[in-house]
Amino acid sequence: MIDTKYFFKGFKSIKGVGSPAIALAASFVAIGALLKNLGFTVEESIFSTFLTYALPGSLVMAESMLIGASLINIFLAVWLVNARLYPMTVALMPLLIHENQPKWKYYLSCHFIAVSSWLIMKDHYEVIEKENRIDFWIGIGTATWSVAIFATIVGYIASDFLNKDILIGLAIINPIYFTCMMLSAMKTIQITLSVTLGAIIGPIFYFLSPEWCILFGGFFAGSIAFLIGEKSDK
Amino acid sequence: MTNNIVIVILVTSLATYLSRFLGVISAEKIKETSKMFRWFNCLAYSTLAALIARMIFFPSGSLNEVDYFIRFIVVFLSIIIFYLTGKNLVYPTIFSGILLSLFSFYL
Repeated sequence: MIDTKYFFKGFKSIKGVGSPAIALAASFVAIGALLKNLGFTVEESIFSTFLTYALPGSLVMAESMLIGASLINIFLAVWLVNARLYPMTVALMPLLIHENQPKWKYYLSCHFIAVSSWLIMKDHYEVIEKENRIDFWIGIGTATWSVAIFATIVGYIASDFLNKDILIGLAIINPIYFTCMMLSAMKTIQITLSVTLGAIIGPIFYFLSPEWCILFGGFFAGSIAFLIGEKSDK
Repeated sequence: MTNNIVIVILVTSLATYLSRFLGVISAEKIKETSKMFRWFNCLAYSTLAALIARMIFFPSGSLNEVDYFIRFIVVFLSIIIFYLTGKNLVYPTIFSGILLSLFSFYL
């Protein structure tokens, strides 16, 4: 069903110099503490990371609950903030799809798509034969997902000891990890331009619409980078 | 577990899974050598870059309480450490957390 050799190869991605474990744990420790302060039980906090496993979505859920938003508003706000997962999935799955593999693996394992797991897979897929990539991916996903769930529990339990200064320190770790990962991903003209333009145009769009800036900024930056890249390749 | 919180969690996870699910459906028809794939690849990287830039420039939550200037110093120094350590991701991440906590405590 799942080739354990490739599964464990993927699972081991949380070890070593490129490990996302610290960055992931830092964010989900903070989420655990936040959910406790919101009145969640430890089971509910675990359930939340288990089922959602996307940091901005959990933050929006917490903010929406604080202001007493309706369920439909929570749904729309979370969908909007996590809509980036759509282009991320489309940009990953064609690299993993193989005719010898059952479809359920793809529909189940897409739950693991989050920034850190996605960036790791993008960095490593070339060294794995296409047929085995999905099992390798499930390994990466299971490892990063487990770290997130474990860190949520730690954050929940430790929330009384996390003062403002520690929470601020935890909050910067994830953006730093992502920034460094993106810098190492800049290997082609298209990706370099996509990252650079996205980082510039995204914040500019913030002044027009804080809610839509990531999607609009990302769309414009990515499309410009694509067109320039295609032209320079000819 | 209270019903209300469980429903909110279910709604949140459904809204999140929707984009991933639709992504797999679309991906089934897209070849990795196609122009469409390259376009989506650009969109994914640029959207992520926009998200990260937003997290640093306009953060929500506790990071908001730290001055822009301090945030930029920490980001800049962490990137230098990233390159000095041969693209090690562990050192800059730990360094950034400790440095910003210290800045926040002493300033």
